[in-house]
Amino acid sequence: MRRQLLPALIMVLVFTVVTGGIYPLVVTGVSQVLFHDKANGSLVERDGQVVGSRLIGQPFTEPGYFHPRPSSAGDGYDGSQSLGSNLGPTNDKLLHGQQDDPSTPDVDESFEGIEQRVAAYRAENGLPAGTPVPVDAVTGSASGLDPHISVANARLQAPRVAAARGLPVERVQRLIDEHTDGRDLGFLGEPGVNVLELNLALDRL
Amino acid sequence: MSSASWLQFAVLIGLLLVTAPLLGRYMAKVYGDDGKVPGDRVFLPVERLIYRLCRVSPHTEQRWTVYAFAVLGFSLFSFLLLYAMQRMQQWLPLNPTDMPAVTDHIAFNAAVSFMTNTNWQSYSGELTMSHLTQMTGLTVQNFVSASVGMCVMAALIRGLARRRASTLGNFWVDLTRTVVRIMLPLSFLVAIVLVSQGVIQNFNGHTAVTTVEGATQLIPGGPAASQIAIKQLGTNGGGFFNMNSAHPFENSSPFNNLVENWAILIIPSALAFTFGRMVGDKRQGRAVFAIMAIIWAVMSLAAMGLEGNGNPQLDDIGATQAVTAEQSGGNMEGKEVRFGSAASGLWAASTTGTSNGSVNSMHDSFTPLGGMIPMLHMKLGEVSPGGTGVGLNGMLIMIILSVFIAGLMVGRTPEYLGKKIEAPEMKLVVLYILAMPLVVLGFTAASVLMDSAVASQNNPGAHGFSEILYAFTSGGNNNGSAFAGITASTWWYDTTIGLAMLIGRFFLIIPVLAIAGSLARKQPAPATVGTFPTHTPLFASLVLGVVAIVAGLTFFPALALGPIVEYLSL
Repeated sequence: MRRQLLPALIMVLVFTVVTGGIYPLVVTGVSQVLFHDKANGSLVERDGQVVGSRLIGQPFTEPGYFHPRPSSAGDGYDGSQSLGSNLGPTNDKLLHGQQDDPSTPDVDESFEGIEQRVAAYRAENGLPAGTPVPVDAVTGSASGLDPHISVANARLQAPRVAAARGLPVERVQRLIDEHTDGRDLGFLGEPGVNVLELNLALDRL
Repeated sequence: MSSASWLQFAVLIGLLLVTAPLLGRYMAKVYGDDGKVPGDRVFLPVERLIYRLCRVSPHTEQRWTVYAFAVLGFSLFSFLLLYAMQRMQQWLPLNPTDMPAVTDHIAFNAAVSFMTNTNWQSYSGELTMSHLTQMTGLTVQNFVSASVGMCVMAALIRGLARRRASTLGNFWVDLTRTVVRIMLPLSFLVAIVLVSQGVIQNFNGHTAVTTVEGATQLIPGGPAASQIAIKQLGTNGGGFFNMNSAHPFENSSPFNNLVENWAILIIPSALAFTFGRMVGDKRQGRAVFAIMAIIWAVMSLAAMGLEGNGNPQLDDIGATQAVTAEQSGGNMEGKEVRFGSAASGLWAASTTGTSNGSVNSMHDSFTPLGGMIPMLHMKLGEVSPGGTGVGLNGMLIMIILSVFIAGLMVGRTPEYLGKKIEAPEMKLVVLYILAMPLVVLGFTAASVLMDSAVASQNNPGAHGFSEILYAFTSGGNNNGSAFAGITASTWWYDTTIGLAMLIGRFFLIIPVLAIAGSLARKQPAPATVGTFPTHTPLFASLVLGVVAIVAGLTFFPALALGPIVEYLSL
């Protein structure tokens, strides 16, 4: 039995070298040669300046830009701390929001519930009361970094964006079509609009 | 469900039906006793070098006790090295984001977690672990803990296949061959495919960029793809980033998602066919695969459908969850637009039918019954198709139990593949079956009695109870997924879930090896007209019934207090 201990120790070390050293280094080498941009985070440049990654959503608040989904990552779209809300389907906080607790001045417990987000979305986009709001616009993603919004969500934001930029709405709608990532192979996943790429395209008009 | 959703489901099954028998045949040769294996010219020299370095004589066979001792020794050193590495990472290189030493209880929990193939994470990857720890600590355990499960499985199959034998193979040879011939080549291929889809693979720290609106955003870096490939193939599940396979840098596109979902299922599915070949009766392997696939399919369709239906409470406050051409619809809290509810539900069932536990959506935010599916799927013992190796072990234990029950019904000594199942084996089977529920229900009960443990809940009421129940179900089954709102990085949860993982691993592995040793010694009885065939639809139905009844009787009361009460309160 004791004769098994030495192989146990050496084998842990050997596999640390093989699978923890050689393997990831070879994968890194091959990836950096074959898929350099993707391996380094699909970074997006504007005028030679990196402004983000096409895969990582970023916050937009100005009316002339399309807005992403709500985010729980840090203060919103913090790429260094991905996070979902993890609120359950029957939790009052998720549905109706929560006020800040005045007895704990250091911590901000306030949370905008889906009900408040629906109202804010309608007000922002000039939609009449009772307009159904696309669910992705008022729910947080799993990663808090979702780069996409649904096409329906983008369509409802288009008039606001067009008005803020003095563009015809049809022009903006056409831009949405051009920046929609369809289902892969026609049936995998769901179509979505890449918010960063769409907004950069708006700036280029 | 939309036609695209059905198609995603059908294509994944189709891919498995094509690839699993092929890989199964290859793995049967890798674990086989005789003959040449494709790739010997490349792999044999590497293996011989490893045997020489490790002072292993590859032709020595081991009894089950020696085999078990080797498994334990290897796991112990794995744990110690990983623990030490986390505690010292601040002094070691490849730490571009200046991570300090990992806290003692988190380091204990993480070391146990990765050594037992659970990959439960009470910490956030990008905020806790240096690149060195991720790469030379966690990635290594992704490889070897998955491989240990497959070694034990190979030993069990040999126990069934051999006659009047005292030995089960050599653990060091099985381990080396699993890593070198199965895990490394497959991981390399999958990692490159993932990078081609946008999963990152570099050694950068955070890149600070100025966003379009002028804010500063940190874009993370790291060798992610190499770890994610083995995380899925080895049914490990521990994410490189906090949000695991929901993070766009870990799972960038729907096609990438399909590749990862396939990778989760392929090895455990293929092992069913490996089993059939190694016992010399391919029908037995097909029957095992069919049982696994039926459970997985039912759970997948349930999760996809329930999440696609959405959360009825959202309709009342003005959000539309309708499935249309322009929106995926369904319950989108905690889900990514690119995956939608169908690909999220499919993944949730796949990750819990195996011991994987990676997530591409937040199970904590699932609808009450949609969230019960992954929990229930783990409670079935993770046999559909289960973790690499350990899933087939669990299924064979369930089959032995079914054979025993069938034997009792007709008053005949039960036998499986000609081997008589007698009192010593049944005692071990019962030990195997009781260990997991005992830790799951025991620790859950203890936690709800402690105010400090209850305070870790992120949600009130029945859903909060579900968070605790899910945590121990995940630990006890070596899964690793979570109702992740719970704050698990406390002394209590790190320690108890750590113990649950240890018991859920070794109180299952050791009985399996003991059963293997006991069966190997027997002389198989020739099949007669009275022999109950174990490859028929009738027998498969019996096994399905046994799996459902064992889990149902054990866990229905606990589930009633959590997801079922929450559903009724809607």
